[in-house]
Amino acid sequence: MWLMDSSIGRKLIMSITGVFLVLFLLFHGIMNFVVLFSQDAYNAICEFLGANWYALVGTKVLAAGFVVHIVYAIYLTFQNQKARGTVKYAVTKKQKGVEWASQNMLVLGIIVLGFMLLHLYQFWAKMQLIEISHKLGGHIEEELLANAANGAYWIKYYFSRHFYAVLYIVWLVALWAHLTHGVWSALQSLGLNNDTWMPRVKIISNIIATLIILMFISIPVYFLIGGGTNWIV
Amino acid sequence: MDKTINLTLKVWRQAGPKAKGEFVTYNMDHVSTDSSFLEMLDVLNEKLVKQRKEPVAFDHDCREGICGMCSLYINGHPHGLDGETTTCQLHIRRFKNGETITVEPWRSAAFPVIKDLMVDRGAYDKIIQAGGFVSVNTGGVPDGNAIPISKVYADEAMDAASCIGCGACAAACKNGSAMLFVAAKVSQLALLPQGKVEAAHRAKVMVAKMDELGFGNCTNTGACEAECPKAISISHIARLNREFLVAKFKD
Repeated sequence: MWLMDSSIGRKLIMSITGVFLVLFLLFHGIMNFVVLFSQDAYNAICEFLGANWYALVGTKVLAAGFVVHIVYAIYLTFQNQKARGTVKYAVTKKQKGVEWASQNMLVLGIIVLGFMLLHLYQFWAKMQLIEISHKLGGHIEEELLANAANGAYWIKYYFSRHFYAVLYIVWLVALWAHLTHGVWSALQSLGLNNDTWMPRVKIISNIIATLIILMFISIPVYFLIGGGTNWIV
Repeated sequence: MDKTINLTLKVWRQAGPKAKGEFVTYNMDHVSTDSSFLEMLDVLNEKLVKQRKEPVAFDHDCREGICGMCSLYINGHPHGLDGETTTCQLHIRRFKNGETITVEPWRSAAFPVIKDLMVDRGAYDKIIQAGGFVSVNTGGVPDGNAIPISKVYADEAMDAASCIGCGACAAACKNGSAMLFVAAKVSQLALLPQGKVEAAHRAKVMVAKMDELGFGNCTNTGACEAECPKAISISHIARLNREFLVAKFKD
């Protein structure tokens, strides 16, 4: 199968899953941003995305997207390391115009993944997972079940502990760097680029990355500067 | 009198493909700043021959930046620190008196070291042999205006055709990818009517050969473009991706 056997096929898979994850982040970011204006509206979205069949299908597709993207990233990096050969250069210099992020996508990806696991534990495991286990008939504590769709409660719970707010900001900065290269690189791998569009594609990439991260980061920053204490959740 | 400087060279010495290599330090005194980098290595080799030692093996041919034979990873850059030049076009005036220069061969699994600084770049020839040509008989030379080609396409094909196949792209790439080379060779033909006929087939077989020879996967860092002595644009890689994907989806 050429999608696995050829280098461009493998890059196609990386770019398609990447674009899919970027679209997810855009959605997730917009959804989060709502919480700053109305906690009730945010919780309504949480309710909507509970253990319903459509949300569960969405979660499965999303998880598959993540797994494919990560597995291929590791596979591609392994191949690339092999292609470099066994003897490394004694002296290497950075080339002009080469973004730092582009050379460190795997490292950034691992940082993003590590924080994502924490994030899944802190939010997803307290929300959708609780609802799923409840539906399957598992025993759930009253208090956890009551807050399973109360996203604003969990946001306040974690981000009013400033340590976590800072941790999330570090995570989001790593994600930002990953996206600034990822978005335009995906377009390049899909063949949607030329000399005229190169600078435009890079600017579009920076705008998308920055927009996504600003929406996410506004919430921990809001809590760091003292906001959110009056939330009734 | 020429201005001269003193240099310390750290040169990779390796007796053969299987031998274990190491850096050997040579002190070069009174090197003319007007001499080219390769002339400086010639002087070193003459010295070594006089001392009845094995001279340093390195590739070179035209010494005017068009043949693509010279290589060398000099102080962390293929073809040295200057942009858009080959090693043979690099001059000693670009170095400071007393500077230490580290000279390494291309490092890539697909370019094994033959001896010292010389690597086997036959992999690139094999990619060309796979499909980097036009196999239709184009007959005699037609009138210049008989085949209409827009200036934009003609220019872009010419830019791609300036690739000399030296291997600096794969040598500079952290993934050991040969995409810039293959993209240039696919582009120069795909843009012109004579090459368009076989464009889809060419993209498929050249990429297949590139993968088979053990080159890495492109991650669009742009290091190749920055180090390319002919400044080939990575836009050609986008075209190669496009040609290849369209060809595969048509199958």
